[in-house]
Amino acid sequence: MDSQVAFLILTFAISVTGMAAFVVALIQKQVLVPPEAALAIFSDGEAGEPEPDRTSQMSKKWRELDRSARFPIMFFLVSSIIWLLLGSFLGLLASFKLHQPTLLDAYDFLSFGKVRTLHLNIIAYGWLSFAGLGLSLWLVPRIAKVPLRAGGVLTVAGVIWNIGVVLGCLGILHGYSDGLEWLEFWWPIDILLAVAGAMVAFPLFKTVLESKEKHLYVTLWYVLAAFIWFPVLFVIANTHFLHVGAQQAIANWWFAHNVLGLWVTPLGLGIIYYLLPKIIGHPVASYQLSLFGFWGLALFYSQVGGHHLIGSPLPTWLINLSIVMSVGMVVPVVTVAINHHVTAYRHFKVLKESVVLRFVVFGAMMYTLSSLQGCLHSSRTFNYVSHFTHWTVSHAHLGLYGFTTMVFFGGIYFAMPRLLGRDWTRPWLVNAHFWIAAIGVLIYTIALGIGGVFQGMALRDPAGSFQASVEVTLPYLIGRSFGGTMMLLSHLILAYNVGSLLWAGRRGRKEAA
Amino acid sequence: MKKAYIFVFGGSSTLLLSIFLLVVAPRLQMGVVQSEGVSVQEPYTEQQAMGRKIYIEYGCIYCHSQQVRDPVAGADESFGWGRPSVPSDYIYDQPHLMGTSRTGPDLSNVGSRQPSEEWHHLHLYDPRLLVEWSIMPRHAFLYQQRTGEKPADKALKVPETEDEWIIPSEEADALVAYLLALKRDAEPPQPAGEKTDE
Repeated sequence: MDSQVAFLILTFAISVTGMAAFVVALIQKQVLVPPEAALAIFSDGEAGEPEPDRTSQMSKKWRELDRSARFPIMFFLVSSIIWLLLGSFLGLLASFKLHQPTLLDAYDFLSFGKVRTLHLNIIAYGWLSFAGLGLSLWLVPRIAKVPLRAGGVLTVAGVIWNIGVVLGCLGILHGYSDGLEWLEFWWPIDILLAVAGAMVAFPLFKTVLESKEKHLYVTLWYVLAAFIWFPVLFVIANTHFLHVGAQQAIANWWFAHNVLGLWVTPLGLGIIYYLLPKIIGHPVASYQLSLFGFWGLALFYSQVGGHHLIGSPLPTWLINLSIVMSVGMVVPVVTVAINHHVTAYRHFKVLKESVVLRFVVFGAMMYTLSSLQGCLHSSRTFNYVSHFTHWTVSHAHLGLYGFTTMVFFGGIYFAMPRLLGRDWTRPWLVNAHFWIAAIGVLIYTIALGIGGVFQGMALRDPAGSFQASVEVTLPYLIGRSFGGTMMLLSHLILAYNVGSLLWAGRRGRKEAA
Repeated sequence: MKKAYIFVFGGSSTLLLSIFLLVVAPRLQMGVVQSEGVSVQEPYTEQQAMGRKIYIEYGCIYCHSQQVRDPVAGADESFGWGRPSVPSDYIYDQPHLMGTSRTGPDLSNVGSRQPSEEWHHLHLYDPRLLVEWSIMPRHAFLYQQRTGEKPADKALKVPETEDEWIIPSEEADALVAYLLALKRDAEPPQPAGEKTDE
């Protein structure tokens, strides 16, 4: 016991010393970045004017940098859209099954437990990871101002990652599951994903190391940090023999919440920090604040996982730590919010012209909302009601769909024409996608959020019954399916838009020949 | 890129702190419960362990929790779900199946609450035969359906029918054996100094 206490104190001291040294370094060097650094995303003469909508008006500099990344990035983005279609169809099926429990229940592979698991893993490791990686690696050459290196490695990594997700899903269908939420993929398949992840990091770091830029724009901070954090999280959480009994629950949720906090969120925020000022044509309101927000996220978000286990048999100090950190998230969230919303507010009229900006600004708003919601329901008072209910699912979709997915949609609509050098064939369908998806996700989260609160109140009523907590949610579950149907419809529009963009290129080449 | 070291240093130390606080420290603290073996729980039999795998395969965890909260937090005890859970309840649980959703009721003590094997089989086959308002999926694919004479010793008659029978598969038997083994209601041992979240 004594050696354990000594180890505890030692590790704590190392961490705190490291943090202190880092804060000193930060104060001395990085906070004093000149505000001009925020202009790095514009080439000569671009700042001050909104980004031209036509790809033919794009400057030669970006065109060349984009060309270096064209094939691997297109491969990642097209893969992501295929996974999105499959994943959201399965999600919708699972949603219907909750109010129509006998729907398609004759076969074991269509049972709720399997369909829901596939939905989560396909969306997390298929859609979100592919789209997030594709878009951030597209931004790497643009920010480092050197062409993408080792693009071939990136493509191979994408192929291996795809194989990993396919095998992981087949495993779940056949009962090969690690049985932990967010970590269901059978552990040998996780090795494949880890290898592919390391291969994605290679072109990323190779390109960044060749950069001659004095200061790397904040987007790249988020992307690089995600690449330092996620592999460590993934390996520690998937090494199951390290964890035992009740402790495994906290390791599980430490990981699961960090998939959001240290993987998807930094990628999504990084993309907002690029696209928002880029499209508007003006730098973010306060660049200094953006770096402050970055380190706040790193410190607070990494320790919030315990709020999933409030009321569980885990040590009180641990749960309290996570609650404090969850509430502390107010700091980075508000700094990011000020930056995004002030920038957007000052140039509100650009929203009328740019559909891409609409996706990005909507995503930024949902980031603020879902994060503040997270701070709120991590407090014990609120969590006693919201825990174990559909509220959590609503919150997850506000974050992963309202924020990240919408930003990734915007990113795809911005990047693809620039990568391919042609414009969207039917811009009104891009607009239709935005409105259907935005209204769909709002219906989804509001319906399910309200249903969750009623469910939670029923679960707290000692004079009530469990039956009451089930029956009260039914209308809201139907409302969720309605919103979900709209979301799936919007994905079909996305697939059509992307398909016709690719098809237009094929036709163009045939005509030229 | 000269300042990259600050970045890597800062990024790693924040992550290290979180690994230490949320993984290493709980492992050290709660590993004690594990190593002393202080628990009222019994290890799972081979059949129960197989049933546990079926429980994982069919995603029961996505609707059913296995953790009972203190009365401060919820009406768990009033619903008859048992005493608040303690860490030693889980020493044989690998992976843990505490769950985070109660679309269905908590199953920490379902073996004590509903000890009838027949009830569980019929409920898995079609929950609405027994619980009219249930939204749980049927798991009829774990059973063979027969009509006519009783087809086997372990065949069960479907309620409200004349001659419909179901025969549980090996998987269904294992799953029910696991559910019946879920009993965490004996008075928990109190290792010195253990304090749990309420």
